[in-house]
Amino acid sequence: MATREEIVDALSGMALFADLSTPQLSDIAGRFEETFFPQGATVLRQGLTGSGFYVILEGEAAVVIDGAQRAILGRGEYFGEVSVLLDESPVADIVATRPLRCLVLGGPSLEPFLMAYPRVVYRMLIAQTRRLRTANRWRN
Amino acid sequence: MNGSPPRPFPPGDYPAVVVGSGPGALQFSYSLRAAGVQHAVISADEIPGGMFLRWPFFQRLLSWTKPYAPVPHGSSAYERYDWNSLLPEEPELRSLQPPLMDGTSYFPSRPEMEANLQAFARGARIQIRYGCRWTATRREPGPDGDTFVIETTDGEYRTPTAIFAVGVAQPFTPPFPGSELTAHYADTRAAETYAGRRVFIIGKQNSGFELASGLLQWASRIVLASPSPAKLSVATHSLVGVRARYVQPFEDHALGGGVAILDASIRGVERTPGGALLVRTTATVGGAEINIEADDVISATGFVCPLLDLSTLGVATFGPSVLPAQTAFWESATVPGIFFAGTINQGSRGLKKHGLPSNSGAVQGARYNARIMARHIAQTRFGYQPARPAIRPQDLLSFALDELTNGPEVWHQKAYLARVISADPAVGLRDEGIQPLAAMVDGEGPDSILLTLEADGTGLIYPVIYLRRDGRVEEYALEADPLLDFESPLHRRQAAEVLSRLVPEAAL
Repeated sequence: MATREEIVDALSGMALFADLSTPQLSDIAGRFEETFFPQGATVLRQGLTGSGFYVILEGEAAVVIDGAQRAILGRGEYFGEVSVLLDESPVADIVATRPLRCLVLGGPSLEPFLMAYPRVVYRMLIAQTRRLRTANRWRN
Repeated sequence: MNGSPPRPFPPGDYPAVVVGSGPGALQFSYSLRAAGVQHAVISADEIPGGMFLRWPFFQRLLSWTKPYAPVPHGSSAYERYDWNSLLPEEPELRSLQPPLMDGTSYFPSRPEMEANLQAFARGARIQIRYGCRWTATRREPGPDGDTFVIETTDGEYRTPTAIFAVGVAQPFTPPFPGSELTAHYADTRAAETYAGRRVFIIGKQNSGFELASGLLQWASRIVLASPSPAKLSVATHSLVGVRARYVQPFEDHALGGGVAILDASIRGVERTPGGALLVRTTATVGGAEINIEADDVISATGFVCPLLDLSTLGVATFGPSVLPAQTAFWESATVPGIFFAGTINQGSRGLKKHGLPSNSGAVQGARYNARIMARHIAQTRFGYQPARPAIRPQDLLSFALDELTNGPEVWHQKAYLARVISADPAVGLRDEGIQPLAAMVDGEGPDSILLTLEADGTGLIYPVIYLRRDGRVEEYALEADPLLDFESPLHRRQAAEVLSRLVPEAAL
């Protein structure tokens, strides 16, 4: 279990929330929910509707597409935002490869959260741009 | 001897031990006994009822029971309208809550709920060793698995299967400077003692707004504060947020009546030279420092699970309520053999589609979990073989539509519990009963049909049929209906189209 103060501390060290004040981080700790997945548990399910936005507090998760592992995500990384923003089902399973502690925001709460915190949107845009650049490099 | 009957379940070895005597423990013990599993039940209390022996503070529940409904008392369909009765098989013990209500509200009073639970315990002859407090726990590995030693004020209980139904009932105040100057919700005084006083409430969840609602006619000023904006259940279209019964402080706030609702974090509380309390806060937006004087500061900051030393055995917990992380069948995700019943079941999150939680934190949800878990434990640990009635393929469509329209489990535990029909070609269609949806979606097994209701937070409620075929799961949402009639010709056509993908005879 992490207290709100411990979650605020954890968030303050993550690039996604680097521009926010302590009261704002405390707000985020209240808007998001902490949750725990044991090793092997499925977090997001490919093809099923109604997903959410997840930020990893500790642990590790695999991105699995059609049964094949494509990537590993760790502390400070996040997932689920693409399916929520596009209102589509996830294109991958996310499976805990180690005990996984996350903060979660239900899909319908993502838009009001991002509207309230444009600096987080900016940080997400930078991350997405990096991913796009990497994908383009592979393509070329 | 004074003539009183001997207390049941003396310390010793038992196949299973249940700790608790609230609704979760009562339902679980009843259902485990029905599955033929001998077990002990122990409780620190002197009578059944759990948290309802004391709370809610203003003595009125948040869960309703409609004495008059379109279906008769005692039927399973009536459970949709009665959130508070437990689930016995005996007709005379079903729907116990409505006749105990006095007609002034469809939310039973706390004493009416207490009477309901005690009538169940008495009528169903639930045996409990009262006055026996769980004090510590040990885990002793053995060749056949772990034995849990539950230390109590009466002695030691040894069991391979321990079920903790101890509620989310331990008051919690987060540490901050001056927190000792605040009172917890659990220690709120009689309402009239706040007459003319300035009350500051930390927390904007239901408990905070319950107090604010009850103190409107007494306090001279009420301030509610926490860092995040309050949610309202009527806005989230779910049980997430402040319930409609407690929104009056919002209206007072919006109309300038004197209630203040702040999005601000608490920096500390201190005593002023004049004897009042000064609450120092920082606004979430803009960061302004707002200091507010009050006569009373109440921490409506929630409750945690009283898990004693279970974390030292390896039970992982999470979140502000210190919920134990659980599997889909409510077993500790990290210590096999330890299970949880009652409102602690919130720690098994299920699919949580669209961010909407299950109703496991309330009787109307947890009562079904307890029934399923009892059957699961009996089946996996004691060799119980549940009935698996056959369904003729030509009856599947009507069976499915009836379940989606009248099944109380899928109404109360949307996207969490599902009616499961296996479709093994070797044995035909079988009704596997109600199961956790997450276990069926993530697990392995024969081709199956999973029937549930879902909501997406927009106010729509609609049936969803999952088909598990060759290890893959497909999801099919049917149309919502403004009158919640899912047996209409439209739904018949849609359901037939989906079901016939797995069972061709289900086609219209």
